[in-house]
Amino acid sequence: MDIWDLTYRFFSLADANVRWVVAGSMLLGGAAGGLGSFAFLQKRSLLGDALAHAALPGVGLAFLLAGRKDFLLLLLGAATTGWIGSLLVNAIVRHTKIKLDAALGIILTSFFGLGIVFLTAIQKSGSGAQAGLDKFLFGQAAAMGKNDVIVLAILGLVLLTVITIGFRRFTLITFDPDFARAAGLKVGWLQFVLTTMIVCAVTIGLQAVGVVLMAAMLITPAAAARQWTDRLPLMVALASLFGILSGVLGAYVSFLAPRFPTGPWMVVAVSAVFAFSILLAPRRGVISRVRTHLNNRRTMTRDHVLKVLFKAGQESRRWAASYPFEKISQMWSFAPRDLRRGLRSLNRQGLLKKDGRTFGLTDLGVGEGARVLRRHRLWEVYLTRFLELPEDHVHRDAEDMEQVLTPEMEELLEKLLDHPEYDPHRQEIPYVNPKEQA
Amino acid sequence: MSPDLWVILTGILAAAACALIGSYLVLRQNAMLGDAISHAVLPGLVLAFLVTSSRNVVPMIIGAGAAGLLTAYVTETLGSTGRLYRDAAMAIVFTLLFSIGVILIAVFAGQVDLDQECVLYGEIAYTPWDTVVIGGADFGPRAVWILGGVLLANLLFVLLFYKQLTICTFDPHLASSVGISARLWHYLLMTMVSLTVVAAFESVGAILVVAMLIIPGATAYLLTQRLTHLLVLSVIIGALCAVGGFYGASYFNASIAGFMAVVGGVIFGVTAVLTRWPRRA
Repeated sequence: MDIWDLTYRFFSLADANVRWVVAGSMLLGGAAGGLGSFAFLQKRSLLGDALAHAALPGVGLAFLLAGRKDFLLLLLGAATTGWIGSLLVNAIVRHTKIKLDAALGIILTSFFGLGIVFLTAIQKSGSGAQAGLDKFLFGQAAAMGKNDVIVLAILGLVLLTVITIGFRRFTLITFDPDFARAAGLKVGWLQFVLTTMIVCAVTIGLQAVGVVLMAAMLITPAAAARQWTDRLPLMVALASLFGILSGVLGAYVSFLAPRFPTGPWMVVAVSAVFAFSILLAPRRGVISRVRTHLNNRRTMTRDHVLKVLFKAGQESRRWAASYPFEKISQMWSFAPRDLRRGLRSLNRQGLLKKDGRTFGLTDLGVGEGARVLRRHRLWEVYLTRFLELPEDHVHRDAEDMEQVLTPEMEELLEKLLDHPEYDPHRQEIPYVNPKEQA
Repeated sequence: MSPDLWVILTGILAAAACALIGSYLVLRQNAMLGDAISHAVLPGLVLAFLVTSSRNVVPMIIGAGAAGLLTAYVTETLGSTGRLYRDAAMAIVFTLLFSIGVILIAVFAGQVDLDQECVLYGEIAYTPWDTVVIGGADFGPRAVWILGGVLLANLLFVLLFYKQLTICTFDPHLASSVGISARLWHYLLMTMVSLTVVAAFESVGAILVVAMLIIPGATAYLLTQRLTHLLVLSVIIGALCAVGGFYGASYFNASIAGFMAVVGGVIFGVTAVLTRWPRRA
């Protein structure tokens, strides 16, 4: 059967087996992604990693005690030791001078070591029934059956209900535990509930991604979702969605090639979503920030060109005089490339006229230049008069503020300062369009 | 020398090498980077293996070292964009690299004589039989030579650059103001961590490496305020874990590496409780 047939069989969900696997993977991805948002925001991103590893001895112990592979018992064992691990991490951080990172590391390695001790002991006892226990290390979504998915669905539903009921409280203890305490919330108890839920999410995720990569299913969707929004409810929803998407992809790969471990493919999928998010998200994304930065720089160059050309003509009142490129570049510390670009764009906007090799302000340009200079000098007056800064300290600050001041703020400043005629350096403040004045 | 003694010696060398360099990670509150690097080197190992089609140590160290440094670098870069906390950046990077490594192993299954489980468990029990033979003369287990070399390298690194490491660890701003680049030393330390991880886990497994990077340093940190004492103590604690782990494992017929980590956890737990006791009373 070729890959397209398999793909069709998978996505048409005709196969009952496929339906269970897809449902299970989606549940795992969704629950882990949503809960991970809280761990991510509490700077406890690696908690999931530690808990997942701490779950391993539980798997081994449950098998040793029961003597057979009972899915529910294994999950119960995993949750129990994972949960004990999380309590110990908290206890270490609270009662010793060890910080969170080392506490996580200690619990992670010693519990995982214990898990390996159990697994190797089971292997060497060689009953044969243990085959598949090591699936918990890397996950095998394809191994999920109907009963597993029912257990997962019930757990997922419980988690969803608790999250919905306690959403505001969990939000509060995540962002401002001190305020939450002052408002009478039981922060310790709520934190305990949250950690317990993360333990549950980790436990049910083990089946699909395994111990080693569980950290990614908690944190990567949350980190990706964080780039798109500043609102927590939306972030949790997005993180769940990303988790669900990668869950489906993991199940798909697992279906195509059963000998491939599922977990790594889910992690690669969700990492791709993350990379896409951190590069392309509006506002927070790297590309959008670089663009904003370039835009600011361009506006700054343009304002400076207008200002220096206006200033050059201020003495002789010949504001529209033309200057060659070299002359302009000496007026201020322009980078030649920025200046060339700035001149071209001003020319396009009709603020500058190009005359052979020389550039001069148009009428519109003179007005704009006057505005930039006016904002600069008004701000200098404001700083010396109201903040009582010495006059040799105000230039640099005004250099920044001339970019920021809006026409409304400028008007307020004018009124506040009562239309001053000169700046602190005894230089004239240009008010109306000088062209009209003349 | 009996095989048991060789195994114990291997364990002690691995534990000491890791403890020495790991103490600095614990002090810098960057302990989980040891965990991250030990997972992230997997694709480097696989690629080195695919390129040279041998288990030659040098290309493997280069590949894994590069992957380890990549983890440290990407974590720093993502963290410094201000869009992520550093721990989240670390979790994202190392899980992705590890996944790529596992996928590479699955794809090239026929050509790679590595599996992710041997990387995680590591079978220290087999080390005595993989010996260095030169001109017919047996010079002892290969792992002992490799780990001894790593321990020596780490010891030299810490002794020669004690001043720089100390200043950068406790006061990076002071370091910059006296002309020591905290960044440079951060990456040098990460290089040493990567080398230690690679050399050690080929023979003893990742879990033991991570445990010995973190637990001895953290335990020693509970016991002393002086850096020199801390370093010496961490090495002693690491050695204790190795000896205890070996005998525990042979009693229960289980993984030695796993048991060493368990002994480490127990030693830390006992120390934590005992050092708290006088204050409570």
